[in-house]
Amino acid sequence: MRGEDSARLSWAARLYIGGVVLVATVVLVRGPFGDIRWWRNVAVLGLLLVVFESTATLLRPRQLAWSPNSSATLAAAVLLGPVGAGLVGACTIFGMRRGPSIAQRAFNTGMMALSAYLAGRAFVAMGGTVGIPNSTSFPKVIGPFAVAAVVHAATNHTLLAGVLWLTSDRDFAGRRAPLGMSVKLIASDLGYGAFGLLIAALWGVAGVFAPVLILIPLFVARWAVTQIAEQQQAYEATVGALCQAVETKDFYTRGHSDRVSRGSVMIAREIGMRGERVEAIRYAGMLHDVGKLGVPTKVLQKTGKLTEEEYAAIQLHPMRGLDIVREIGFLDEALAGIMHHHERIDGRGYPMGLAGGEIPEFARVLAVADAFDSMTSTRSYRGARPVEEAVAELRKWAGTQFDPAFVDAFVAAIKRDGWQSPEPPVLAVDDLTTVAAQDHDDPSAPLRVIDSL
Amino acid sequence: MTQRRHELRRFPWQVRDSGLLLLVVAAGVVLFASVAQTAVQGLRDPRIAVAFGVLIAFGEVLRLNLPGDRETAPIGMAGALAYALLIRVGDHSVQYTAEQVVTVTAIGMIVGALPHLAVGRPAKIGGMSIRLLCVACVAFIFRPLAGNSAVAYHWGLAFSVMTALAVLALLLEAVLTALLRVDEQRARFRVALVDEMRVQLPLGAAVGASGLLIAFAAEVMGLAALAVFTAPLLVTQVAFRRYAGIRATYLQTVRALAKVTEIGGYVEPGHSERVSRLAIAVGRELGIHEPQLLELEYAALMHDIGQLSLADPIPGGATVLVSRQDQQRIAELGADVIQQAQVLGSVAEIVRRQNEPYRGVEVAHEGYRGRPGRLDRWDGEPSRPPLSSRIIKAANAFDDLVGSSLDPGRAAAAVQQLRLDTASEYDPEAVEALSRVVNRRSVIQL
Repeated sequence: MRGEDSARLSWAARLYIGGVVLVATVVLVRGPFGDIRWWRNVAVLGLLLVVFESTATLLRPRQLAWSPNSSATLAAAVLLGPVGAGLVGACTIFGMRRGPSIAQRAFNTGMMALSAYLAGRAFVAMGGTVGIPNSTSFPKVIGPFAVAAVVHAATNHTLLAGVLWLTSDRDFAGRRAPLGMSVKLIASDLGYGAFGLLIAALWGVAGVFAPVLILIPLFVARWAVTQIAEQQQAYEATVGALCQAVETKDFYTRGHSDRVSRGSVMIAREIGMRGERVEAIRYAGMLHDVGKLGVPTKVLQKTGKLTEEEYAAIQLHPMRGLDIVREIGFLDEALAGIMHHHERIDGRGYPMGLAGGEIPEFARVLAVADAFDSMTSTRSYRGARPVEEAVAELRKWAGTQFDPAFVDAFVAAIKRDGWQSPEPPVLAVDDLTTVAAQDHDDPSAPLRVIDSL
Repeated sequence: MTQRRHELRRFPWQVRDSGLLLLVVAAGVVLFASVAQTAVQGLRDPRIAVAFGVLIAFGEVLRLNLPGDRETAPIGMAGALAYALLIRVGDHSVQYTAEQVVTVTAIGMIVGALPHLAVGRPAKIGGMSIRLLCVACVAFIFRPLAGNSAVAYHWGLAFSVMTALAVLALLLEAVLTALLRVDEQRARFRVALVDEMRVQLPLGAAVGASGLLIAFAAEVMGLAALAVFTAPLLVTQVAFRRYAGIRATYLQTVRALAKVTEIGGYVEPGHSERVSRLAIAVGRELGIHEPQLLELEYAALMHDIGQLSLADPIPGGATVLVSRQDQQRIAELGADVIQQAQVLGSVAEIVRRQNEPYRGVEVAHEGYRGRPGRLDRWDGEPSRPPLSSRIIKAANAFDDLVGSSLDPGRAAAAVQQLRLDTASEYDPEAVEALSRVVNRRSVIQL
């Protein structure tokens, strides 16, 4: 919901934002307010909040931003009481960030003011004394403060979830990501909330310098958070590029890894895998065929039947892949998935001939996405099949080759979100690429092997 | 030769790790004296001592590995600094001595190291000694001052002294760690120190500030300050841990995927790994800083990735044996692959120019696949490839000639061959550094 999008805001969303702002205004205008020193402290903490707000970390472009605001507002709840905390929270409006639109800014301000006010109320209700804490107020101030921090985080995230629900596109990722993320966000919010108590405590010895001392660790933490995001992006881009390099050799399988990765993630989300495992299966999908490079090009290019040795060379590729990725420190499950992605439910797959539940879950997921992408892409011996036909083929082999549960999940996900089949490749006369004559992933056209007898 | 071998076997500490030994002995002496003094005098303020000891032990359990195999204990260090800089807890002025600070810190560290030992991780005694010496330094300066009423009752003065001491402690930690690394990795001291400060600065600032914060907050909050402050620093540490984890996975992934050229039969097994190890050693020898060293490592690991785009593997995979045009084509293709990742721009540049003669290309070389060749001239001088490219060129040629052989004679012959080509082809500096690395290696291998 940026400036140009705000025209598209639904009436419900506008009403919701207006309501939040109105309630916050009414609550704050009623007072009571303090003396001149009270106002000065509101100004100092408000300034701190503006600094935090201006340097917020963007979590998802255009939608969510995170900053350690709660430490300023919670300190205000202790030092200045509910109304003071609300006023400090309202300083969000002066944030220098360029991203948010007017509607977003108004909502953020209302939300921060309201959650700070409620936190202050909770602090007082739990028996906390408003004012500069001294050596006698510890440790009994900790209990009310913790409750205030929880109330702050709860109000904040409930209001936020509401606005996200009302404004976000109803797409798949848009609906689920904030839920998974908010648990981590709430945890870090509570952690930084503890700084609020520290600011309040130091106010007695260090006065207005207290926030300055607090700033350093907070900014370091922020720095680390941005570094994580940057590294994560760099990592994904590099893995993607390297996988692409592996598959450039074969004209027909370009983009295969990427699509298998997407398909596996669709299945994983559909069956409700945890976020961490979804990430792992994404990488497993990208890397599932790296071992194919160990298969000699002439075997892949062969048009006639394969000899037993040649078939064995193909069957070895999951193991070769495992050899390559073994040392990468991500989930073991991803490694198992890569190794067993050609096992069949009836036990006639390779390399181990595992059956049914013996096959790791990741491998069963990968197998479905792998075969589906193979069928919906163009091959040298046939054109791409339409999605419906490929779905029928998957259903046909469910129970013998594929796990029926994952086939169902995949079909449901495709029905809802659609599937982007690759464009047929443009053949160029080029000495750099090769054309595979058979596809080991294609269940409808199994590899032809010369009978040894 | 046999004489030398004998000596090496007998006194391994004379060759390596002499710095570590010195450090551990110094820390041991300080600790021994402090424990003796504390034992004679008895423990003062035992409640406070136990609280801080527990915090330091907790911090030691939660050690953190930063990129570049650096182990730190941010929470433990912040706790120890705070204990050294404490003036009052509540209304009570603390009475303990610097020796007691050293003793409590050491006990906390040792207790915290036990779980690591129990699960079979190394104790990392070097890092512990450095931390202990830094804390000791702060304690011996500040404890006598803490009783001084000028410091104790003037917030500004106390704040300045404490800040200066925290900075001093963290600087000392960086210097000692850099010295240790010079010893371990044969890096140059100035380079190692700058790298150390760059890596440690953000976390160090947080640790120093947190140490000061607890010392001040304890005056108001009492010992509850320890619990309250730990939560935010814990969050920071979790963030750093994830950051370091992703960095490590990244490197592992590039290492692993660089192996696809071996599995595909394009290059000899182990080639990428050996070239990258050699290139890093040469880079350290030439005083390259860590961020560029990481780029060098990525580039060296992926220097042959362009071969994946060739229909048929080069026999034996030795790029030194094929024509310049083919070499250039492989380099360009590899650089294109890396360029696609969009984040490793300078790595792509290093790979692209890995074959150019070190004096630079006089004329624009023929472009590949219709891409115009670059005009590599700048004010009449041909532009030189980056240092990392020149290092990879030398390391790659050396490995193509020697392979996995450990024969010193063969290595010497290969170095000699590279030397003969330093007039235009190989960078003389890189070749000399490589020669030193190779000599050292063959001595160690004997």
